[in-house]
Amino acid sequence: MVRIEMKRSMLARIVPGFTSLVKKGPSGQMVIIGMIIVLALVIMTAMGPWIAPHDPSRSGVGRIRIPPNWQFPLGTNHLGQDVLSRTLCGGSIMLQVSALSVLLCFAIGVPLGLFSSYVGGFVDSAFSLVIDAVYAFPGLVIAIAIAAMLGPGVVNMALSIAVVYIPSYFRIVRSQVLSIKELTYVEAARSVGAKWYTILSRYILPNVVPSIVVVITINFADAILTAAGLTFIGLGVTYDIPDWGWDLTNGRTYISSGAWWIIAFPGLMIILLALGFTLIGEGLSELLNPKLQR
Amino acid sequence: MGLRSYVITRVLLTIPTLLLLLTMVFLVMRVLPGDPVSLHFEKKADPLQMEQMRHLLGMDKPLWAQYFDYIAGLVDVNYFSAHGYPNLGKSMQSFEEVGGQVFSAFPATLELAIYSMIIASALGIPLGVIASKSYNSVLDHLIRGFGTVTYAVPVFFLGVILQLIFGVYLHWLPTGLRINPSVVPPPTITGLYTVDSLLQGNFVKFFESSKALILPSLTLGLILSGIFIRLTRTNMLETLRLDFVTAARARGLKDSTVTYGYALRNAFLPILTMVGLQFAMLLGGAILTETTFSWPGLGRYIVQRINFRDYTAIQGAVVMFGLFVALVSLIVDILYAYVDPRIRM
Repeated sequence: MVRIEMKRSMLARIVPGFTSLVKKGPSGQMVIIGMIIVLALVIMTAMGPWIAPHDPSRSGVGRIRIPPNWQFPLGTNHLGQDVLSRTLCGGSIMLQVSALSVLLCFAIGVPLGLFSSYVGGFVDSAFSLVIDAVYAFPGLVIAIAIAAMLGPGVVNMALSIAVVYIPSYFRIVRSQVLSIKELTYVEAARSVGAKWYTILSRYILPNVVPSIVVVITINFADAILTAAGLTFIGLGVTYDIPDWGWDLTNGRTYISSGAWWIIAFPGLMIILLALGFTLIGEGLSELLNPKLQR
Repeated sequence: MGLRSYVITRVLLTIPTLLLLLTMVFLVMRVLPGDPVSLHFEKKADPLQMEQMRHLLGMDKPLWAQYFDYIAGLVDVNYFSAHGYPNLGKSMQSFEEVGGQVFSAFPATLELAIYSMIIASALGIPLGVIASKSYNSVLDHLIRGFGTVTYAVPVFFLGVILQLIFGVYLHWLPTGLRINPSVVPPPTITGLYTVDSLLQGNFVKFFESSKALILPSLTLGLILSGIFIRLTRTNMLETLRLDFVTAARARGLKDSTVTYGYALRNAFLPILTMVGLQFAMLLGGAILTETTFSWPGLGRYIVQRINFRDYTAIQGAVVMFGLFVALVSLIVDILYAYVDPRIRM
């Protein structure tokens, strides 16, 4: 009973949230369109194994490289796998990699940024120096170097992507905390004897959250594209796991023979997924930009 | 602080950053699992032979000694003046000097980066200004939509599509390599084929190398232009709302003068900084573009060496990328300080 109550109150909060997003004009609508795209693709991937007409990992369900027809609506690839089934199920690896890397970045970057900027002094300078060095460097190069050493796989891809994006969280949190911690209400909390972790978690963190949300959505989009990039240079999964990145990478060799359908559909899916997250991120960052509010 | 002392401080600050990067790369390469030596042998290798190879590559020394050797090699002036490139160690796969390989691959990447940057700025900055001028109109939405979509497209997917259209179907442009294989590359002066062929006065070579550059740089440039649109648009929107712009309008100045002479000039500094930062992203994209177009640059070099776990080669290429990024950000910072004296304070 209590749980139902809670659900209802959350729903009651979310629905007006949506209507107010619509009222916020184009930026709010971008956020909503982005959310719908992402949600649709997540549901499609989750349902994939049940609704796919063929086993996505089985090769030779038909002849190789058949163009789209009634039996195989999106054709077959160079291994004779059904492209439709692979497209329906192929988001799983990318979603896993990006979710895991975002989680890792969040769990490491945010506390590190909070702690470093709150403590200040030498600790802060040392952390900032290391983080800035990583931040200024081509992310994909770092991810490739780490993934190359760790070897292919979901967890390894997520780890190498996480290393690249931790600096983004650290920097945004740090810059916000530096200005917030000087505000009078924080001073007031300190003067009544609040502990440092109380100040950080209850007084400062809530004010940093909006900026972190923007970073998370952009991180998601980047992680998806980076995962596709890592797969492209051979650090992803193997052929028996349906993955849009793998299909795109290995199908491109056959494009000169005119077999466009092998890469077109997985490619579009990657674009859609990255686009969904980008729309959310861009819409939110414009909504939250105080300089653009009249 | 004068401009000169600012430049000196800024250059000195680059050194610890680079050293830090180097150390991290070194540690990542050594601490993470994977053994390049065992890749040279069949499963049942002679342990003595493997030990010999480890010795040859200096891998039998303790980690700190290897690190020290590496740094000492990098700053070895005698080696540099003898070879024309720094000592980055020997490749674990081919036993050749990594420095030489990296230095000969670099100009291809540089040329691709320069042309992509030109395309991205020529497309992104004007579109961003137009979008900010027509804020929230249909035109603004279209330009913004274009920018957002290009950001979400995987570089290599766009590359393959362009190859398919302009190479396979229309036969207009080559789909790979820096120059038509039947044409001898121009003699190396700068290493940039388009520049070298012009210096040589050979227009056939210039034409061939430019043709080969179009698709790769268009691919990378289009992807980057989305970010340029967004940055220019946001900065212009913020600047157009400031008082001095309203004041300029009130004085009855022409709209184009206000937009380009006043607003864009002021919005340009943050745009410049961001362009400098995007250079790092451009190099990441270059790796994938080079692989798509068989472009013999640093990126393809890294990708080819990954399968051999060629630590020294990957490390050398990463160091080269790091130097390049540091140099670009140094130039941007100095430009910034030159344009805006407040930075020097």
